[in-house]
Amino acid sequence: MNKELPPGLALQKVDERIMTLNVGPQHPGSGHMRIIVQIDGDFIVACDPDPGYVHRGEEKMAEYRNYITNIPHLERPVIHDSCNILYPYVLGVEELLGIEVPERAKYIRVIASELNRCVYTMYWLAIYGIFLGHSTMFMWPAGDRELLIDLLEKMTGARVTHAHFVPGGVRNDLPPNFEDVCLRQVNYFEKRIKEYAAIFYDNPILISRTANTGVLSREDAIRLGTTGSVLRASGVDYDLRKKEPYDVYDELDFQTNVLKEGDSYARSKIPWLDMMESCRIIRHALQKMPKSGSVRVKLKPNPKGGDASVYKRVESGRGSLGCYIVSDKKPEPYRVKLSVGSFRNLIALPYLLKGEKLGNMPSVYWSLNYWPVEADR
Amino acid sequence: MSVIAPNFKFSEFVKSILDNVFWILLIFALIGLPAVQVILFYVEMPVIDGELLTPFLALTWLADPSRTLPILKAFMNTDLFRIAAFPGFGFAALIAAGTIFIERKMLAKLQLRVGPFYCGKVEGILQLMGDGLKLISKEIIIPAKADKPIFWAAPIIFVATAAAFVALIPVAPGWVVADVDVGLLAVFAIIGFFPIITILSAWSSNSKFPFIGGIRALHQMVSFEIPLILSLLGVVILTGTLNLSEIVASQSNFPWIIFLPIGAIIFFITILAELERIPFDLPEAESEIVAGWLTEFSGMIYGLVQLGTYLKLYAFAALFVVLFLGGWTGPMIWPPFPEEIITDGIVMGPITAKIPGLPVFSQEMLNGVVWFVIKTMGVIFFILLPRGVFPRIRIDMLLSLGWYKLIGLAFVNIFIALGLLYAGVLGPGGIL
Repeated sequence: MNKELPPGLALQKVDERIMTLNVGPQHPGSGHMRIIVQIDGDFIVACDPDPGYVHRGEEKMAEYRNYITNIPHLERPVIHDSCNILYPYVLGVEELLGIEVPERAKYIRVIASELNRCVYTMYWLAIYGIFLGHSTMFMWPAGDRELLIDLLEKMTGARVTHAHFVPGGVRNDLPPNFEDVCLRQVNYFEKRIKEYAAIFYDNPILISRTANTGVLSREDAIRLGTTGSVLRASGVDYDLRKKEPYDVYDELDFQTNVLKEGDSYARSKIPWLDMMESCRIIRHALQKMPKSGSVRVKLKPNPKGGDASVYKRVESGRGSLGCYIVSDKKPEPYRVKLSVGSFRNLIALPYLLKGEKLGNMPSVYWSLNYWPVEADR
Repeated sequence: MSVIAPNFKFSEFVKSILDNVFWILLIFALIGLPAVQVILFYVEMPVIDGELLTPFLALTWLADPSRTLPILKAFMNTDLFRIAAFPGFGFAALIAAGTIFIERKMLAKLQLRVGPFYCGKVEGILQLMGDGLKLISKEIIIPAKADKPIFWAAPIIFVATAAAFVALIPVAPGWVVADVDVGLLAVFAIIGFFPIITILSAWSSNSKFPFIGGIRALHQMVSFEIPLILSLLGVVILTGTLNLSEIVASQSNFPWIIFLPIGAIIFFITILAELERIPFDLPEAESEIVAGWLTEFSGMIYGLVQLGTYLKLYAFAALFVVLFLGGWTGPMIWPPFPEEIITDGIVMGPITAKIPGLPVFSQEMLNGVVWFVIKTMGVIFFILLPRGVFPRIRIDMLLSLGWYKLIGLAFVNIFIALGLLYAGVLGPGGIL
């Protein structure tokens, strides 16, 4: 049996100086994936990321469930960013079924989505801290994240897997007195994340370790198809909330953060700056939100789409997140395809790691704003 | 109807206990008692206060406090006590255990956590004991292709070398295991062993990540040994001796850190690197090379390496205290031993007990130990603190720090010491 092995597994004759390291899946610095790294001394000569260890077939599962029962399992790839990963699906289904969403529901969606982006980014930041050997930066974001998780629990009833967005609005209205609690906690949260500058982002050791490592130029960032914070750190002003505003983002006041350096430090700084913008968006949305009104349009049981297809995308914590839905007049979608930012950012990893030192691997890898489970879907 | 022990019979239970008691008594009577008698017959008993120690006398001394103290004092003058208990291994291990507890609680407070809490009722004070029991009960797994003798020997040699380092530290006047005239040279010799042990253990495990970690440890320790030795030359120039006890005695007026702050800072940074503490923990960098050269260790082998690491931490902190902070010197804060107990004895109602041999420790010794422990814990605190504040640095940054910056600064420090010496300020015949 002459089976073709994937390139990383095939036995190949290599130079005696070169050592092959299997970083993962049983490795504290890999996540649910493997990076096959070939090193010459302390320098990486080749790198082959090997995702797919947590593939769950979410897209295939979506073909056997109707439009409403698809919601809880489609948020599983990123359970701590579950509002954002459901957002394009819900927008697409609304367009297929031709539903107009109430104004208050749109604002609630924006608030939930921004809170969830912060929850995700804090988790990502915690892991970035521990990857650089900074244990305080692991504990602080993991603790401050609880503030927003409590808010989301008040709002949706669950700490992480919310399943809050449904076609036609959101599942429940806000609890009474939510606006005051939200405003207070978000203000405190913003004060806390500003303190991270002193211990982490202005730390001279951190800057000298991550600045000028894994530099991704503006042209390469566009050519490799990266999105989100990786693209913005390379100097491309690209944020779907500004470029293709969905729901009420065009009525809200915020700006996109762009840095020109394109190195690990800039890539790690952009999500942190984005969190402050998220706090701004939440405060503005709370101010502009209609104080009362319906939050959900009731659908018929087992709604059927027309003979059509729709592609919607939103800006998630990891970049542009698209959802392509094909409908064939049945209660179940014919095809659901998720286009996730994690996988698109991972493509840049082999280009960035080539020629870097082994010590830079964790910082470059995790600065790509990558979530292994989302890439595998 | 019992579900737990369906075939339980009380008579069999009693019979099994009686069986066990019978065999224990039989073995004790046939083997234990003759063995004790044989040992007592051959062993030469010591003479204490002019009396030959017989088993009868030893038992009497246990019951009579007036006779317990002389035997205790005699025992404390033996080498065994010094090596095993007070200035040696036992004292160092106690401080190491305290260090681990303080590290965990302090880091937890810094990171808005609680830290060990449940084990031992009071703030998790028995957590270390629980961890130790867990490590002892774990299976020791050895990689199939490891070089087994070296793999087994490396942790034991590591602890032994760290203990040898501890033996050179003077804790109080006269209280040192090995009071040698080449004390500082012996310290340098012992520090030179650690890279060899590290690379041996890393290489013998025949695994990639430990190997990379071992190579990193080798680079780090070798390149930081040179600034370490150079930074201590200033102290040697000013004191004119290598004996650690004499170096402490020379600081009775002022510690050397006042005149040689650059040397103290260089020495502190090199301590961090030699101990593989954050920010210099590259040999154990978790996100890159799993646990570095400790990856393949498991069970009590890992526990031994940790014990050796913390013994080393205590020894380096104590060395900093001895060389730069004046060791045991300090104002007298220990209260003097009450004279009336020696002259009048202890009055307990109708009985007045006169106990010969008091006080057991002199006031100067206790005061010295208190100051030494306070200073050592302070230095240990500053060694632990960067773990909560700094990320890990990279190997090229580490090497350039060691070879360019620290060695250059160490020469500046030596010139300062020479200047102070030739200006006649300090040193033999100096004005201070």
